[in-house]
Parts: sequence; C-alpha cells; structure tokens
Amino acid sequence: MNRIIKYVFYDILRTRFILFYTVFLLICTFAFFQLDNDFGKVVLSLMNVVLMAVPLVSVVFTTIHFFNSYEFIELMLAQPINRRSIFLSEYLAVASSLCLAYVVGIGFPFLLYGAWQPIYTLLITGVFLTLVFVSLAFFSSVLTRDKAKAIGIALLFWFYFSLIYDGILLWVVYTFSDYPLEKLTLALIAFNPVDLARIIMLLQLDISALMGYTGAFYKNFFGSNLGLIFSISLLMLWVLWPLLFAMRIFSRKDL
Amino acid sequence: MISIDQISKNFGALPALDQISLALNAGKSYALIGPNGSGKTTLIKGILGLVIPTSGHIYFDGKSINRDWKYREKIGYMPQIGRYPENMRIGQLIDMMKNIRQDKPKIDEDLIDAFKLYKIYDKRIHALSGGTRQKVSASLAFMFHAPVLILDEPTAGLDPVSVELLKEKIIHEKRMGKLLIITSHILSDLDEIATEMVYMFEGKIQYNNSIEALKSETNETKLNKAIATLIRQRELLASITD
Repeated sequence: MNRIIKYVFYDILRTRFILFYTVFLLICTFAFFQLDNDFGKVVLSLMNVVLMAVPLVSVVFTTIHFFNSYEFIELMLAQPINRRSIFLSEYLAVASSLCLAYVVGIGFPFLLYGAWQPIYTLLITGVFLTLVFVSLAFFSSVLTRDKAKAIGIALLFWFYFSLIYDGILLWVVYTFSDYPLEKLTLALIAFNPVDLARIIMLLQLDISALMGYTGAFYKNFFGSNLGLIFSISLLMLWVLWPLLFAMRIFSRKDL
Repeated sequence: MISIDQISKNFGALPALDQISLALNAGKSYALIGPNGSGKTTLIKGILGLVIPTSGHIYFDGKSINRDWKYREKIGYMPQIGRYPENMRIGQLIDMMKNIRQDKPKIDEDLIDAFKLYKIYDKRIHALSGGTRQKVSASLAFMFHAPVLILDEPTAGLDPVSVELLKEKIIHEKRMGKLLIITSHILSDLDEIATEMVYMFEGKIQYNNSIEALKSETNETKLNKAIATLIRQRELLASITD
C-alpha cells in the first residue's frame, strides 16, 4: 500500500495541474506582499482567496484524477489487494499532493519574508479544507460512473458551501434578528466546513473586535483552546464522513 | 477450478448476463467469443470481482469469491486497454506490482526479456505507444506464475513479431497445466492457443464445447469458418422455430 501511495504521489506531482496550482498560490502570496507590508493584512487577503480557490481546485482536480485513473484502479482491483486499501491509497496520494502544493505555494513566500508566526492557522485550515473537499470529491466520484456528472456533483458541493450556505445563514440572521441568535449561528456554522475555516482564521487574526457583540461571543468560544479543539474536531468530522461513505460505496461498486 | 453458478447481472433494466453457468478447469484454454456487447467483459469482470453479480455465485477452488480478495493472487489479468498513471515509469509500475505480490519471490521475466522492456524501464507511460503499453500489460499478467490467466484481447494492437512471442508464451503456459481464459476477435490467433470454445450472445452462453468437437460438427478445418457456420446454423434454426 505504501508503495502504491508513493508512486501515485510521484505521478501526480508531475502533472501540470499541480504545478500551475502551486505557481498560482505563489504568485498570489507574493502579490499580496507587494501590496501591503502588514503581515496580518496579507494573511487576511490571502484567506479570502484560499477559502474560494482551495475547495474549488481540490474538487475539480480530485474528480478528474479519479476518472483518469479509472482503468488503473480497475487493474489494481484485479490484484490480490483489498478494495479499501486501493481507495485509501488513492485518497492519501491525491490529498497529500494537493496539501504539499498548498503548503509550498503559501508557505514559501512567508518563509522568505521571515513571517512565520501569523501563517500557522492559514496553513492548517487550508490543509483541512483540502482534505475535506478531496473527501467530498471522492464521494461524488463513487456516486456515478459518468465523469461529467461527478464533476457536477462535486462543484455543487463547492457552490453550496462557498455561496449558498452563507446566503441561507444571512437570511436566517436577518429574519430572526429580534431573537438571540448567537448559539444558533454557532451551531449552523458547524455544518459548513468553509465557514468553520473562516471563523478559525478570523479569530486567530485578532480582528474579531470589528464584529461587535457576536464577534466577542465567538472570540470567547472559538478563541479559547476548547473552542479550537472543538472546531478542529468538527473539521476532522467533515473529512471523515464523506470519506467513510465513499469507501463504503466503493467497496461494493461495479467497475 | 472456477465454477460459475447461475449468475445474472443487470445494468439498470438491461441484462448483461442472463443465468450463466460455466465450469472452467485447470489445464484447459478457453476462448471466450461473441459479438460486442454480448457480456464477455462483464463475465471476466465478474470472475475478477470487479462486477458483483445481481444473483448467483462464483466459486474459485470451491470457495465463493464474494467479498474475498485473497483468491486473486492466483489470477494474472491482462486488461483490454492498459491505461496506467501517465507520469509513472515502467520500472516503477513493475516494482509496484511486485510489491503487491510480495509473497511471490519468483518472478517470471520471460516476456519482459522477450519484449526487451528492461531497456525502457526509465520511460514514462505517456511516452509509450499503444502497442508498448499492451506489452507492459502482458508482462505484468504473466509475471507472478499465476495458475489462472485471464487475457482480454491480448493480441490487439501488437506487431506481428510480438504477437508470435506472446502466443509462444501462452502455449508454453498452457502446457504447464494452467487455466487460460482468452477473449479475442482475431479468431486465427485463438485457433492456435485455445482448446475450448465458449460462445456468448446477448448475455447467454450459446455454445460450450471443445474446438475439435466444433470443427467436426461443422465439417470445417478452420476456427473462423467453423464459427461462421455455427452461427448460420443457429440463425436458420431460429428462423424455422419462429
């Protein structure tokens, strides 16, 4: 299994897509450094790019990769090896290569500018977002045999979590603004990995004062160690449930 | 060695396999033939556990293959289209396969030598022609001394010299008492390497007997003529009963 992961990982690292992704992140980060010298602001600007781009790239690349390796997966399944091992190997190879591209693309400029401190959260949440959306993309890939359909479902996940969910959340907040909504919104955020990532980053950046009373409430919760553990474990759940469901479907699927 | 007991497979409403029963025994070489879409590939995938039958069972050495994977160490499989990760090197691919079958220390490198693949171990898959990929697939299938060999269109796309090399290897393996299952549309190739014939049509087995018997039944000396005659006879019978 280790050797499968290793060689598939090498294979992916040599694809142009991963190269472009890394270069894109490098250019973005360097550009933001050119625009502003305040590291906090650079991280904030990057965050907005990362929250949109990382999930999108993860879902598109993963589904395309899955369907391009379809015959290869088939051949591997004809070998004396468990379906789960093949699935996990593919997942780990795709996820680790995307994470590596992300860490290099974002981390390298920061290292160059000597600003290691403010970037921890950005790196960790970005890696988690990658893992979550690779899981979701694998889930949509095993649901259907049609590449176009799978990409469609995967993009729908992205669209939903990046745009639609926030719209619904805002609607809830405005409609019920007469009631105390802190706890409800806190609960609702748990159902969206992108929002979770956003909140974790914002609160580590210490600009929650701009968000008024709710911000203070969140700061109280997410800023504490307990809150951080809570949100990280929620993100972990977001990695695991699509992955487990996908693995379950995959181990009974006709290829 | 492999016994297939009344398996059916539906893709949606379409039946791909319809109540198929078949016994495949060691030491014999089966030619699996039939028009496109007759269910040959589905049957092979069923034996490999890639497709799970809607009903019925497949037994390998007396044990049901359902949810088992261990039995596949006794199968060497050469797929119809050999698509591998594009940026992988041939050497890496072979190394990976060896790693999966660690329990087989003895490696059969006859075909790797015959096709001179060791010369291009450093080449990446995307730089290979279709024929070379086919050679890689063939080498991988024969590498682990598997007692069962399943070859899906083994000679398609190979140059004449390589076809002969592969056929020699197949005949050699057959003499060693292995079970071979070969699908092909090139009947003249099958004539030399197969002893039994399984003819499939619309998900059913229409004919299952030795090639010798088929030839004497139809009074033909060549397999392609014999099959053409067989199909014509069947069609004639069908038109009469209609």
